[in-house]
Amino acid sequence: MSDQVETTTPVASGGGADPNAAVKMVGKGVNVYYGDAHAIKDVSIDILDKTVTAFIGPSGCGKSTFLRCLNRMNDTIDVARITGTIELDGQNIYDKNIDPVQLRARVGMVFQKPNPFPKSIYDNVAYGPRIHGLVANKADLDVIVESSLRRAAMWDEVKDRLDQPGTGLSGGQQQRLCIARAIATAPEVLLMDEPASALDPIATAKIEELIDELRENYSIVIVTHSMQQAARVSQKTAFFHLGILVEYDDTSKIFTNPTDQRTQDYITGRFG
Amino acid sequence: MIGAAALAIVVLSVAIYVFGRSRAISSAKGSLKNLHSRPSYHGLFCALWTFLVGIVLILVLGVLSRQYIESELGGRLDGYVAESQLPDDGLAALEGVGNLDDAIAALEGVPADEATLAFTRAEIERFRDIRGGSARFETTNLQAQLEDIQRRLIIGDSIAIAEGRVPSRIDRLRLNLAQEFREQEQLRQYAIGGLALAAALLTALITFFRVSLPFRARNRSERLIRFTLFICAAVAIFTTLGIVLSLIGETLIFFDKMDWRVSDFFFGTNWSPLSNQREGFISPEDIGWLPLLAGTFMITFIAMLVAVPIGLMAAIYLSDYASPRVRAFAKPMLEILAGIPTVVYGFFAAIFVAPLIRDLGQSIGLDVSSQSALAAGIVMGIMIIPFISSLSDDVINAVPQSLRDGSYGLGATKAETIRTVILPAALPGIISAVILGVSRAVGETMIVVMAAGQGPNLTWNPLETVTTVTVQIVMLIIGDTEAELSAGPAFTLGFALFVVTLTLNFIALRIVRKYRELYD
Ligand SMILES: Nc1ncnc2c1ncn2[C@@H]1O[C@H](COP(=O)(O)OP(=O)(O)O)[C@@H](O)[C@H]1O
Ligand SMILES: [Mg+2]
Repeated sequence: MSDQVETTTPVASGGGADPNAAVKMVGKGVNVYYGDAHAIKDVSIDILDKTVTAFIGPSGCGKSTFLRCLNRMNDTIDVARITGTIELDGQNIYDKNIDPVQLRARVGMVFQKPNPFPKSIYDNVAYGPRIHGLVANKADLDVIVESSLRRAAMWDEVKDRLDQPGTGLSGGQQQRLCIARAIATAPEVLLMDEPASALDPIATAKIEELIDELRENYSIVIVTHSMQQAARVSQKTAFFHLGILVEYDDTSKIFTNPTDQRTQDYITGRFG
Repeated sequence: MIGAAALAIVVLSVAIYVFGRSRAISSAKGSLKNLHSRPSYHGLFCALWTFLVGIVLILVLGVLSRQYIESELGGRLDGYVAESQLPDDGLAALEGVGNLDDAIAALEGVPADEATLAFTRAEIERFRDIRGGSARFETTNLQAQLEDIQRRLIIGDSIAIAEGRVPSRIDRLRLNLAQEFREQEQLRQYAIGGLALAAALLTALITFFRVSLPFRARNRSERLIRFTLFICAAVAIFTTLGIVLSLIGETLIFFDKMDWRVSDFFFGTNWSPLSNQREGFISPEDIGWLPLLAGTFMITFIAMLVAVPIGLMAAIYLSDYASPRVRAFAKPMLEILAGIPTVVYGFFAAIFVAPLIRDLGQSIGLDVSSQSALAAGIVMGIMIIPFISSLSDDVINAVPQSLRDGSYGLGATKAETIRTVILPAALPGIISAVILGVSRAVGETMIVVMAAGQGPNLTWNPLETVTTVTVQIVMLIIGDTEAELSAGPAFTLGFALFVVTLTLNFIALRIVRKYRELYD
C-alpha cells in the first residue's frame, strides 16, 4: 500500500480532541523489558476519555507492547517486566492491591485476529457478564447480550441465530462479535490491537464506523498500521519509534504538521 | 555361501553407484547442465537395479530350488518304499480307521519298531506329533497313504541329519539320503549365489552403459523407488489382512464346532472351555464370555477412574500452569513412565499393590482376595496416566493462544479460562484420548494376569478376583492343553477383542478428525 496516497486523503472525524475531554489513563515513565530486550523506553502519555487514541509506528516499535500494559495483559508473558506507573482514574493499575482480573473487566481488549470462542454467539457475548457475575438472571443477561450486539452494530444480522457457533461467522462479523463481547463487561476503556488488519475493506469500514460510534461512551485506544485509518477514526495520535513515544498530539496536527522529523518521515512513507 | 553372495551384491551395488555417477559426470564434459538428471540419480538408477535383481533372484531361487531338491529326494525313495509292505495283519488292523490316533491304536499289536517294516508305528506316532492326532487318515488306499507318510518322514529325517538336528531315527537309508542332500544343498547354494551374482553383474553393466546425457535417470529411479515403497506397504497391508482373515476363519471354524450356538458365546455366563478337555471336546455351555467381558470392563473402568482425572489435571498443569523449567523436567518424567514395560507394572501390582489393598481392606473388616480387580485397575490406571496426559497436553496446547488471550482480556482468571474456554475447545481431543486409553486398557494383559487373578467371576465387587479376555487367551495358549482344543476359543476371544478395540479406535479417530476441522 502506498502511504503517500493515504496521507493526501482528507482527515475525517474532526481530527482534534474535544478540549473538554477528561484524562482517563496516565502513563508515567513506563519501561517494558522482555528479558534483556528493552521494548518500551520511558513512555509517558495521557489518554483521554470519550476519545479515540491511535498508536502508529513501524512494526516492532512497541505499539502492542504498550497497549498490553494498559490492561496488564503483559502479566501473562513470563519474560515481560514493567516499571513506571499507569493510572486509571488516578489509581495506579500496577499497585499491589489491584487485581489484574478486575482491571481487565474495566479495560477491555480486542485483538488483531478475531478470536471468538468456539461457543454460540450468545455464549460468546455472555462470557464476560457470566464470569464477573454481572447479572442475576437470564432475562438480565438477555438484555446485556442484545444491547452489546446492538452497540456492535450486528444485532440485526445475528438475532435469529444466537445459538449458532461464533466461529461460523465471517471474519468481519467475528471481529464485531469480539467487540460486542468486550462491550458486554461494560468496560471504561477499550483497547484494540489492529482490529481491522485481518479484514477486507468493507468489513474494515464497518469496524471503523463502529469505533466512531463507541467513542461517545468509551475511551478507545487503537493500534493501527494504516495511517489512513488512524486519520479517519482517531482524535489523538501517538507515534512510536524504537520503543520511544516520539510524538503525541491531535491527529490533525500529527498528519498535517508534525513537529518531529521522524514522524514526518513515517507519515510520508519514507520508512516503516 | 548365499550370505556371501548377498554381501557381494550389496558391495557391487555401492560400487556401481560410484561408477555410474562418475560416468555421468565425465559424459557431461564439465557442464552438468547437459545431463537430463543429476549424476547421483544415474548412480542411484544403476545401484537400485543391481541390488533389486540380485536380491530378488536369491529369494526366488532359494525357495524354488529347495522345493525342487526335496521332491528330487522323494523320487529317490520311490523304488524303496514300494518294496516295503505292511504285514497283512497290520494292514488288516488298519482297516476302518479314520485318523492318525485311531491308526496308532489299531497298530497296538504290531511291534513298535518293526525292523522289517519300512514304516513303523513309531513313525506314524511321530507323524501324528507333527500333524495332530485328528488328522485325517483314510482307510482306502492305505498303502499309498502310509507310503506318503513314510516318504515325508524319511526326507524330514535326512534333512535333519544333514543340518545337524535330531532325526526321529537314523539308519543307512537316511544317512545316504542325508549325504546326498548335503551335496545337492551345497551345489544349490553355489548355483544360486553364482547365478544371482552373475545376474546382478550383468544388470550393473547394462545400466552402467545406459548412462548418457539424455537418459532420464531421475524419473526412472523415482519410479523404482516408488515401486519398492509400494512393495513394503503391501507387506504391511497383507500381514494385517492375513491376521484378520485368519482370526475370522478360526472363529468361524470354532463356531461351526459349537453348532453355531453363537449366542452361548456372547450371552453365556459360564466360562470354562477346557472342563471337558479329557474327553477332547468343548461344550457350548462352557464358552460364555460375559464374565470375561465384565472383568475386562470393570478393570478398565477402575483404570479410567484413576487415569482420566490424574492424567487430565497433569496435562492442564503442564500446559497452563507449570513454569518452563518444571515443564522441561516433568514432561520427560511422564514419558519415562510411559516407557516402563507393562510386565514391570504387573509385578508391581501383584507384589505391592494387591497385598496392600488386601491388608487395608482387612483392617477395616472387608474381605478382599489377594488378587483383585481393584489392584489391577489402579495399577493399570497409573500405567495409562502418561498416555492420557500427553495426548491431552497436545490437544490443550493446540487450543490457540488467541482464545486464551481473548478470555484473559475479558477479565477471566486462569481457572475460569481453562474451565470455560480451553477444556470445552479441547474436549473432542480429550475424549478421543480417553477412548484410546480405554482401548489400551481393554487390550492390556500382563498387569491383569499377575494382579487380577484368573477366576472367571461374574461380579460387581471390585475386591474379588476377576479375569479378562486377554488373560484367558494367555491361559488357553500357554496351558498344556492340545492346541487342537484351545486354539478355537482363543482365536474367537481374540477376534471379539479385536472388534471391540477396533471400534473404540475408529470412534476416537472420527472425533479427532472432526476436531481438526474446527481449527484449520
Ligand atoms: N512475548 C514477547 N517476548 C519477547 N519479545 C517480545 C514479545 N512481544 C514483543 N516482543 C518484542 O518487543 C518489541 C515490540 O513488539 P510489539 O509491541 O509487538 O511491536 P508492534 O506491535 O509495534 O509491532 C519487538 O522487538 C518484539 O520483538
Ligand atoms: Mg503489534
